[in-house]
Amino acid sequence: MDNQVIFAGFGGQGILSMGRFIAHAGLHEGKHVSWLPSYGPEMRGGTANCNVIVSDEEVGSPIISEATALVVMNQPSLEKFESYVEPGGVIVLDTDLVPVLPERKDVRVFSLPATKMAYEMGNPTFAGVILLGKLIKETGVVRFESFEAALRGILKPKKHYLIPEEMKALQAGADY
Amino acid sequence: MKGNEVIAEAALRAGCRHYFGYPITPQTEVAHYMARKMEEIGGTFVQAESEVAAINMVYGAASAGVRAMTSSSSPGISLKQEGISYAAGAELPIVVIDIVRCGPGLGGILPAQCDYYQMVKGGGHGDYHNIVLAPQGVQEMYELVVDAFNLADKYRNPVVVMGDGYMGQMMEAVEFRDQEKIERPEKPWAACGSEMKRPHNTITSIYIEADVLEAHVRHMYEKYKAIEENEVRVDVQNCEGADVIIAAYGTCARVTKNVIKDAAKLGIKVGLIRPITLWPFPKKAFEQYAKVPKGFLTVEMSMGQMIDDVKLAVNGQNNVYFYGRTGGNVPGQKDILAEVVKIARGEGGDLR
Repeated sequence: MDNQVIFAGFGGQGILSMGRFIAHAGLHEGKHVSWLPSYGPEMRGGTANCNVIVSDEEVGSPIISEATALVVMNQPSLEKFESYVEPGGVIVLDTDLVPVLPERKDVRVFSLPATKMAYEMGNPTFAGVILLGKLIKETGVVRFESFEAALRGILKPKKHYLIPEEMKALQAGADY
Repeated sequence: MKGNEVIAEAALRAGCRHYFGYPITPQTEVAHYMARKMEEIGGTFVQAESEVAAINMVYGAASAGVRAMTSSSSPGISLKQEGISYAAGAELPIVVIDIVRCGPGLGGILPAQCDYYQMVKGGGHGDYHNIVLAPQGVQEMYELVVDAFNLADKYRNPVVVMGDGYMGQMMEAVEFRDQEKIERPEKPWAACGSEMKRPHNTITSIYIEADVLEAHVRHMYEKYKAIEENEVRVDVQNCEGADVIIAAYGTCARVTKNVIKDAAKLGIKVGLIRPITLWPFPKKAFEQYAKVPKGFLTVEMSMGQMIDDVKLAVNGQNNVYFYGRTGGNVPGQKDILAEVVKIARGEGGDLR
């Protein structure tokens, strides 16, 4: 399996972290991984994206030319990256932030009111994890338990109390 | 880990306890990591007042015989060139990291390979060479930074590790595995206190007498000859029976690996010659495959700099084409493939 996932949205939404969690989870499974962030002028203008590859084989280019999946958290990012998704690929988006859905019919689109769901769960920062739940369920990029291991590895110990809640949010996204 | 953090960790593992830097995107994480770790382990971290000051602090520390490093990105490296030339002249083992961004001038902060000329062809004044190492990923960044310190000490010469902005910013898995590879030769030449037991050592690059300076420079070139004989490193992939061979390093080489697979689906065999040492340049690998049927394609994140060395190595025996992007853009997989297809079908390309 070769998963090539683009994450894109506004700075501050945790886009780069979402990519890191997936890459880290892949590493936990012994996969070859790479994580390449946008760090250029667009980041300073408020948008953020990263390219994450989780593969059974050695990663060639860390730059994605054809994505197997796209996770988007704002409208401009959908417009920018929609064309990168390969036919049959997956787009996961937050309908609260991306009101206009993709026009393409040759991709599988999963739309979730992730921001609203996160508010209902009492923590708006869970929106990203909710989307990741759907991504993981539909692509199998990593396993749920590897994601938990990634949280444990990346989050500082004082934040570990959040992990059960994060996993609930992940499950809620998968089940939506 | 992030490429920049791995550079710093590798330097610490190689025994570097003296780092002098000045922040600049996209390499600032090197300084950040050093600032944190040097305090923990009792090393020296100085955020200098300028790049010029930082390189001269490295000169001073290396003169005393310790492993010392600085890091910067292109405009900052331009400022350091005087110090690098002095270190080359004084035969000091220093390590310089250049995480290249697009230029000229202040340019931009996005990745580029347009410092090839400035690092490989001198940059500073005078007859000298840097050893220049070009990693293709995070694991190799670690290995080459360790090697950089070993080579610097072995030849008493500046060693540059040059990666583009993506190499510094990307995260990949890294395995720290070769503490045993670290070589620490004695430095009887160092100016670290004679305790009145021997004549004092002098570190200098000034030789006023013509014959004395010429003898010194000739001695340096004997050293460079040995480096060219012993230290060339190159990654050659898929070149036997290839139709076209791509010459690329760093991020461009990574993209090329995907192009090799894409081209195979179209029935075109693409080889890759990836110089790991940009100086000494792996001429022999190009000589060996000089007769590749359709010629060479050099791919760079510049307007064409390494291509000069490819052409010298091919020595007129074959066509050398060029494809490059600049300004912070990276040659795309599909764009390189399109160039390969044109060349393989004899439909031309940018012949230089």
